[in-house]
Amino acid sequence: MSNHEYTPSSKFGKWFNDRLPLLTLANHLTDYPTPKNLNYWWTFGGILTFCLITQIVTGLVLAMHYIAHADMAFSSVEHIMRDVNYGWLLRYVHANGASMFFLAVYIHIFRSLFYGSYKSPREIIWILGIIIYLLMMAAAFMGYVLPWGQMSFWGATVITNLFSAIPLVGESITTWLWGGYSVDNPTLTRFFTLHYLIPFLILGLVVLHIWALHVPGNNNPVGIDIKKPSKDTVPFHPYIVIKDAFALLMFCIVFALFVFYQPNILGHADNYIEADPLVTPAHIVPEWYLLPFYAILRSVPDKLMGVVAMLSAILILAALPWLDTSKVRSAVFRPLFRQFYWILVADVLILGYVGAMPAEGLYLLIARVATAYYFAHFLIILPVLGWKEKTTPLPLSITEPVLGGSPNLAAARSDEKIEKTIK
Amino acid sequence: MSDQKDEKKTNRRDFLFTATAAAGAVGVGAAVWPLVDQMNPDASVKALASTEVDVSSMQPGQSLTVLWRGKPVFIKRRTEDEIKKARTVDINDLKHPEKDEDRAKNPEWLVMLGICTHLGCVPLTDKGDYDGWFCPCHGSHYDTSGRIRKGPAPTNMEIPKYEFVNTNTIKIG
Repeated sequence: MSNHEYTPSSKFGKWFNDRLPLLTLANHLTDYPTPKNLNYWWTFGGILTFCLITQIVTGLVLAMHYIAHADMAFSSVEHIMRDVNYGWLLRYVHANGASMFFLAVYIHIFRSLFYGSYKSPREIIWILGIIIYLLMMAAAFMGYVLPWGQMSFWGATVITNLFSAIPLVGESITTWLWGGYSVDNPTLTRFFTLHYLIPFLILGLVVLHIWALHVPGNNNPVGIDIKKPSKDTVPFHPYIVIKDAFALLMFCIVFALFVFYQPNILGHADNYIEADPLVTPAHIVPEWYLLPFYAILRSVPDKLMGVVAMLSAILILAALPWLDTSKVRSAVFRPLFRQFYWILVADVLILGYVGAMPAEGLYLLIARVATAYYFAHFLIILPVLGWKEKTTPLPLSITEPVLGGSPNLAAARSDEKIEKTIK
Repeated sequence: MSDQKDEKKTNRRDFLFTATAAAGAVGVGAAVWPLVDQMNPDASVKALASTEVDVSSMQPGQSLTVLWRGKPVFIKRRTEDEIKKARTVDINDLKHPEKDEDRAKNPEWLVMLGICTHLGCVPLTDKGDYDGWFCPCHGSHYDTSGRIRKGPAPTNMEIPKYEFVNTNTIKIG
């Protein structure tokens, strides 16, 4: 897009490119003009791609040893852990990789929320991202069922029973999902198939996500539109590549700490007990990354409304570009929004915490308040803020506040974060 | 202009388009249905429809859990006290009003699906605020008749189809 007149230098390259313009694509990706003030919060796109590839590669090799059958799944996972060469490593990377994937995606989502990356003209990128996030949750949930431990079995039972809340057809849908009258072997085999399929769907959506990104180009910490290419941009390679690579390296250190030192800390001990349809574990909790939504589900005393609230909590994000009425993208220039943003972050963390606790007494009360606030943030605070909030003046370009002489210099300086990123 | 007027009228071509699309839709539906229906319970699953349980050794107050269609079924031989508790409740106080007489035809024996109607966990026997069952997943309390009394579950625990084959044997399903 940046360079329509690209021609490969070699004769063969030209011959090939005339028939399949892969080199033009490669050229576009390397030269892609990127805002020069991108900070480290922008490196998580690359990190997420790495996570997806890691999950696909480790998942592929695990599938060579795993047996998707209710009688054999549990022991085949133990077989991977004890007998298969490096099986322990592959499984721990895959299991912790899921957590790392969600850690990165949450940072990626909250970065978008802070800098208003979901706003026009990037709504489609945002919605594709929400679909990817939903598919990630489906993949993670089904993957967690495969070891056929107690948490696998009962997690699957609880989640599939959510569909029974649908009036009239709910029971038939759950029976259809199970392939029986309870979670059993047919459920396991279909979950394995779908768990294998979804990452490739995600991969396809990631391509669309990046394609849609490359049309308007990256948002940036200042959140203003920039001309590209211009003195406000740098080519993706080597500037962003090296920055992404450094961030990825730091991320891998955290990843490795989990894999090599605390591989089971994010899991549940109950899942090392084989599935037993007659005994429910004393305390069923989903994996940490689903806890805020679990808290929302439990905070509503009605079964159907609980399920509706939980789904709405995710789907409301898709409407965000239209709920946020402010024209200013970056929170850097929105003093009020910035405060509400951090309250939302705290709110989601609180929901996550109470989601892990028993649903009674004070925990239940906190969960209800936090759930109400979550919806209020999107349905009341954001639309109203867009009208009421007095934003600070935007700079005319990314370069302007750095070079000085701008009336916005003081505004830019007042925020340490933005100053750092501009340097 | 006169051409345009002619185009607006429904002609034989429009009929062909509609007929082709309709036939196509039926064809696609017929092709997709086997792909959808294969996920429903198969013949081998449906074949395991009933179970017979010997209850001769059960004493009052004891309970037994058996597996039927992959689901736990609670068989409880209730004590006098438990039956009294279940039968003296004011039916209007219940979230899902059902008489104990309708749930346990033989008052001494309660046979029900041991599945919490909230999200399908197995409740714990002789626990909870009503001395019946308590679901550890999301805190639903059931009374000695298996009726929901407190918590998120919408309905009472389900009573499966069962019968006493003789005094010692219950056939479920």
